[in-house]
Amino acid sequence: MNRRMVFYTVGRIALATALLLLLPALVSLIYREPCGWSFLVAAGLSLAVAAALTFLSRPKSQVIYAREGFAIVALGWLLTSLLGCLPFILSGEVPSFFDAFFETVSGLTTTGASILTNVEALSHGLLFWRSFTHWIGGMGVLIFIMAIIPNIADRSIHIVRAEMPGPVVGKLVPRVKDTAKILYIIYIAMTLLEIAFLLFGGMPLFESVVHAFGTAGTGGFGVKADSIAGYSPYLQWVITVFMLLFGVNFNLYYLILIRRTRTALRSGELWCYLGIVALSTGVIVCNILPQFGSAEDALRHSAFQVASILTTTGYATTDFNLWPDLSRAILFVLMFIGGCAGSTAGGLKQSRAIMLVKTVGREFKRMLHPRSVSSVRFEGKPVDEATLGSVSTYFAVYMICLFAVFLLISPEPFGFETNLSAAVACFNNVGPGFGLVGPVGSYSAYSGFSKLVLSLAMLLGRLEIFPLILALSPGSWIKK
Amino acid sequence: MKIIIVGCGKIGTTIVENLVKEGHDVVAVDRSPEAIAEISNIYDVMCVCGNGADSDTLTEAGAERCDLFVAATDSDETNMLSCFLARRMGTKHTIARIRKPEYNDKSLGYLCQQLELSMAINPELQTAHELYNILKLPSAAHIETFAGGSFELVELWLKSDSPLDGMALSELRRRYAANFLICAVQRENELVIPSGNFVLRAGDRIALTAAPHEIQKLLRQLGILQKQARNVMILGGSRTAQYLARLLLTGGNSVKIIERDRDRCTELCSDLPGAVLIQGDGAKQEVLLEEGLHSVDAFVALTGSDEENILISIYAASQKVPKVIAKVNRSELAAMADKLGLDCTVSPKKTVAGILTRYARALHNTEGSSVESLYRIMDDRAEMLEFRVSSGFPYVNIPIVELQKNYGLLPGVLIAGIIRGRRTIIPTGADCIQPRDRVIVLSADRRLGELSDIIQH
Repeated sequence: MNRRMVFYTVGRIALATALLLLLPALVSLIYREPCGWSFLVAAGLSLAVAAALTFLSRPKSQVIYAREGFAIVALGWLLTSLLGCLPFILSGEVPSFFDAFFETVSGLTTTGASILTNVEALSHGLLFWRSFTHWIGGMGVLIFIMAIIPNIADRSIHIVRAEMPGPVVGKLVPRVKDTAKILYIIYIAMTLLEIAFLLFGGMPLFESVVHAFGTAGTGGFGVKADSIAGYSPYLQWVITVFMLLFGVNFNLYYLILIRRTRTALRSGELWCYLGIVALSTGVIVCNILPQFGSAEDALRHSAFQVASILTTTGYATTDFNLWPDLSRAILFVLMFIGGCAGSTAGGLKQSRAIMLVKTVGREFKRMLHPRSVSSVRFEGKPVDEATLGSVSTYFAVYMICLFAVFLLISPEPFGFETNLSAAVACFNNVGPGFGLVGPVGSYSAYSGFSKLVLSLAMLLGRLEIFPLILALSPGSWIKK
Repeated sequence: MKIIIVGCGKIGTTIVENLVKEGHDVVAVDRSPEAIAEISNIYDVMCVCGNGADSDTLTEAGAERCDLFVAATDSDETNMLSCFLARRMGTKHTIARIRKPEYNDKSLGYLCQQLELSMAINPELQTAHELYNILKLPSAAHIETFAGGSFELVELWLKSDSPLDGMALSELRRRYAANFLICAVQRENELVIPSGNFVLRAGDRIALTAAPHEIQKLLRQLGILQKQARNVMILGGSRTAQYLARLLLTGGNSVKIIERDRDRCTELCSDLPGAVLIQGDGAKQEVLLEEGLHSVDAFVALTGSDEENILISIYAASQKVPKVIAKVNRSELAAMADKLGLDCTVSPKKTVAGILTRYARALHNTEGSSVESLYRIMDDRAEMLEFRVSSGFPYVNIPIVELQKNYGLLPGVLIAGIIRGRRTIIPTGADCIQPRDRVIVLSADRRLGELSDIIQH
């Protein structure tokens, strides 16, 4: 393990965090809020950590391997979460460490689960910071650093692989740095477009920015206690469409940009994703029609909730806790599937789900015809056995971790439904679950320990389990 | 510049490595998922898995917007086809690896013209030429020629009995009237561009530049001139061996090839009527001794296995064969062979990488004076470049002393020679660069794209 390089790069992450903390400080300045100081102090501390890490571990060699990639990503995310929760504590608005850590991790991992009982009481600076962490965490902290710092490490592809969700990580253009830049340019452009649409619908500037950040990162932090319910139908539709757009693989947008739209539209993952959206919306509309007077209302609410849950955003236009069981069951299943690989969404990812179903199909075929030879095809190409194996392994580890989280928080006296949905919603980076943790509830009732467990669950879900587990296991650090 | 490389074998990977180092955007294409996975782990390139002669794969790799396309699979026909397709799709320049002897004759020009190839590279033929040059001057560990053969760079190891041991360069120049320059010295893995008071020591590896006859004269004066190898034994009947034998036979030398495979022997026999072909296992010392290892002037190991080449060459050197050369493809093995006392190795990979790097750099700098040839010398520690001075070069007719004083030359860069018409000038401070000159420059750690890059801006 090239420890110096790991700590050096983690130092760079602390530096980036310090810079990012200046933006909410600016917001506080504009609104003349005293919490601006807490951001400056947090930025100063981050800078100190960055300086210490950078000077103490000057790397002898820039070369990193997969192991170092995992370690950099895992430690970097933990450090950013710790530094990012400082403003909450320092400003005194969220005094408990567990609460502040939960809130920051929930922001960075684009979960959107909150411990706040009254969001509207929070200052503008902190509201902005909360949503800004969504935006940064959505595309990735390290991808961001790679786009701005030249040549972060030799073989930096290992860092990208560890941070980018999805079974297979491909590059758009030959160089990692240029790929990171293109991803962020697309990301920024789409965010600005959404802000423009929201402003056009009459949403105030601050709220537009915050909601655009929440949608872009598929996070789900808002500024209102009732999430999006209070806004006009136009605004709800805009957010629905953008949630769906941010749940699509960003490679497809690049293909469209270089005028290969036809290749982009041939993506099987995209059609599967849209199919699931259409089907779930259709069933839920029929199911909830009696509750809502008009068909337009039913369609809008069901489409919004389906998009919100499937892309693991977590905004809500209505309390879906009150919906019939069938609709709630569908939403529960959607939590697991998640958005497309290479998007900002969480969950298992469409491509993995497709490959899993196809692998199962192949196994059935093999049982019927033991001598048959067949390959699993995805996006028109056969998937190699190593990828299929890793997808199956991932699914197994995913379920194990999910059950572990569920068991660890089960001592809490909130009932089976609340605890299970809390574990699922945090692990898949959705945010709101059912019962007490539903769209109008919050996670504030949980104990400090459970909040820590759920925070780790969110990190595990965002980084797709392996980086965190491998970086925290002693085997990767002990010299043998 | 955007470059696509099809075929990631030994040669292809070396090309990828060199072009990535040069700072180009590289896309690697290969049929084998394992090779692609390996490349994507090590180099910052985009990888496409597929057949390089398939238009879908080429579209995915982006052949429409590509500046340079290199096909280096092991099949000549695939290379030609994929270059042809890439050219039709809009790639600006295409280079194919074409190595079968039947394509590498008069028909090659026609082929290049019809397929609109910018260049055909043949690693085996290049290596054979390199070997042939060394065999002409066996005292050298390495030879490169510039400006159509009118200027040479020779690398030598200073043995412990060398008269140069302990001599300062200024004294050396005074004592030997020859017109030459020692432009680089490698001492214990360090490369030095020596000044006048630098003292040579035994064990140094020196790079000498001069006109060919001057080099001959100097080596004769030093008493280390070995006569040209006339009687050569080649181990392994590879394509390189075939090309080398052809060159040697045309020059009127005698060649003996030892090859294991009988069919290959018969093939070579019909192609090389003048050569003696021995079917036998060259790894057996008995076979080598029986075929007269003691009486040959030079022994060249060209089998497909690096390890075999190194080991048998060490044996040949121990039998006091005057000149032993081994083909070693893997650079880490070449370094080990050096330590084991094998002072002369050639690597086809390195040769090809040099050619492509030069080509890419010349494309990059179409303005002004472009690179005519580029060689990596002293185990890749420095580059020797040849530039042709165009009329656009702004520093003509200024003495080098003035250039240094007024503009400043980059440290680690040395003007090693100027070729003006038929005259070879070993430059002193008073010489100046004139239009239409060819200038040979040594660069220790910079990548020079054009001649004006040597000036500090």
